[in-house]
Amino acid sequence: MQPATLLAKVWDEHLVRSHPEEPDLLYVDLHLVHEVTSPQAFDSLRVGGRTVRRPELTLATIDHGVPTTDRHLGITDPLSKIQIDALVRNCADFGVTLFGLDDPRSGIVHVIGPEQGLTQPGLLITCGDSHTSTHGAFGALAFGIGTSEVEHVLATQTLPLHRPQSMAISIDGELPAGVTAKDVILGIIARIGTDGGIGRVIEYRGSTVEALSMEGRMTVCNMSIEAGARAGMIAPDDTTFAYLEGRPYAPRGIEWERALDAWRRLPTDSGAQFEHELAMAAADFEPYVSWGTNPGQTVPITGKAPDPLTGDDPSEREAIARALKYMDLEPGTPITEIRLDRVFLGSCTNARIEDLRAAAAIVAGRKVAPTVGAMVVPGSGLVKLQAESEGLDLIFKDAGFEWRDAGCSMCLAMNPDVLAPGERCASTSNRNFEGRQGQGGRTHLVSPVMAAAAAIAGHFVDVRNWS
Amino acid sequence: MSPVDIIVGTMAPLPRANVDTDQIMPKQFLKRIERTGYGEFLFWDWRQADPDFVTNRSEYRGASILVTGANFGSGSSREHAPWGLADWGFRAVVAPSFADIFRNNCYKIGLLPVELSEKEIAWLIELAESDPSAEVTIDLDVQTVSTEGFEARFEIDGYTKWRLLNGLDDIGLTMRHAEAISEYEASRATYRPALS
Ligand code: SF4
Repeated sequence: MQPATLLAKVWDEHLVRSHPEEPDLLYVDLHLVHEVTSPQAFDSLRVGGRTVRRPELTLATIDHGVPTTDRHLGITDPLSKIQIDALVRNCADFGVTLFGLDDPRSGIVHVIGPEQGLTQPGLLITCGDSHTSTHGAFGALAFGIGTSEVEHVLATQTLPLHRPQSMAISIDGELPAGVTAKDVILGIIARIGTDGGIGRVIEYRGSTVEALSMEGRMTVCNMSIEAGARAGMIAPDDTTFAYLEGRPYAPRGIEWERALDAWRRLPTDSGAQFEHELAMAAADFEPYVSWGTNPGQTVPITGKAPDPLTGDDPSEREAIARALKYMDLEPGTPITEIRLDRVFLGSCTNARIEDLRAAAAIVAGRKVAPTVGAMVVPGSGLVKLQAESEGLDLIFKDAGFEWRDAGCSMCLAMNPDVLAPGERCASTSNRNFEGRQGQGGRTHLVSPVMAAAAAIAGHFVDVRNWS
Repeated sequence: MSPVDIIVGTMAPLPRANVDTDQIMPKQFLKRIERTGYGEFLFWDWRQADPDFVTNRSEYRGASILVTGANFGSGSSREHAPWGLADWGFRAVVAPSFADIFRNNCYKIGLLPVELSEKEIAWLIELAESDPSAEVTIDLDVQTVSTEGFEARFEIDGYTKWRLLNGLDDIGLTMRHAEAISEYEASRATYRPALS
């Protein structure tokens, strides 16, 4: 057999049909659904007289529009209520399992799939959400799709797709203290740009990646889409298997053994060729902070907001100037002098238990700066319960953080958690687009420990010097 | 989906790279559960902030071709972005590159993403800025974009082109392979997860 990449193996294993002049038809193992991108798909199914082909391979949750306080009061935003009620009705009508609002297993769709053991190596996973790339951390091929494709998967459990290109990003060595998985992916995006991965699936490899926990791997794969990539993948290994074993939907007994046999064959064979390759050294990574309005506009904490004059061409110079204006930053401002109004610890990038533990270790025994409003929004109901059982909630609350219920929250501010115009926020989420966290709001992307330290200091600080 | 064939129309220039779907269709409009009616919300925040934003200017109101910068449609998978562009009246978006999910979403609804070189885009943007009434023809069948003194060829895979030219629904096409899907399911590994 020809040596093959992880991507090629997973792809080929899902081929329902291939024809030289048509896209491949691929089978979808797991389809995740949320309230925002699914109502039109279910409606079209109804209009077309179609059913959900495999409801048992479909899981729905409510995450984008849910409030993170006073949940017992129900959904007060009338539009969100209509949307959430529509999902509840659609799941009932089409026989789809829904982790509803009162279910502790509910939470951000990309947090609960892995948490439940549904996300497994070698699966093909889709969801009407671009951060589906998160699930690639398990060696699954997982990517976001639009609503028409959601309808297609619901109706046929398949998708017609052209084979993407493969790209290996290898990172070797030990990450310096204070440099996290979030910094790895921010550093990669700063290097290859927000379009560096277009048309590609990135496989992250090398000793640095192998040393990451599953939480860290999910953070890296999560933001593959911010590099423009179709998906991110990491080869499954003992870390993956240890994470999965015993989770509610993980295989058991003889099936677990069978699965392990198959999963161990998934990693890229030695000698397999990637169409694109990039090597980086762990020692070169630093804690990063985004200064601009896309995730590629990122510099190390020791850096400064750039001068538009440093842009390569007129359009780049204009883009820098536009971003600086939106962010209300002068060229050359040291990142450590940027003062914050808000700190948001949450999102499918960084609201898992390990993220909360790391942030809690920074804030323990300290107080949030009086000028800063800070909140923690756990990624799922179960993450919240786990954190509370470890006393992390008390550490955060003692320090002056608000301790909220799970959901997407201020990552995209579709619920009541919104930045006011002009407010500046250190956020552990994934997008610093204009208005993302609220019209006129200003977002700086950072790791959980950097966000925690900034909350205490009131401005960005280099967490490597934190004592 | 209605067939896409020859698009003849004027252009709206948006000379910016990395226009993300949060800008094309801001989140406050994603709570609607309809598939239509998004046109009035297109580029909402930018239109509010800038009276001279391209879709605010009367001379570009009837444009059916958006000409813009690289990596258009990056970010969120929201199909609401192409829905908004189509509902506004755009039938094609011409850019040096597109984000993958956005491009797929466009293909699904019959909005044509056309990739040209940076140089060709710069030429078209200059024309659109100097003469908003300049007409451009996009011919999907022969894969060209042309106007007086300009002709450029673009790439598209043969299958997608055929589907767009004939206005065919992907689900219907896939259903022709129902037997192959059932066969695949019968041989699928038993350790794969299921919810019931
Ligand atoms: S947390 Fe943010 S990025 Fe993740 S699914 Fe929710 S809205 Fe999307």
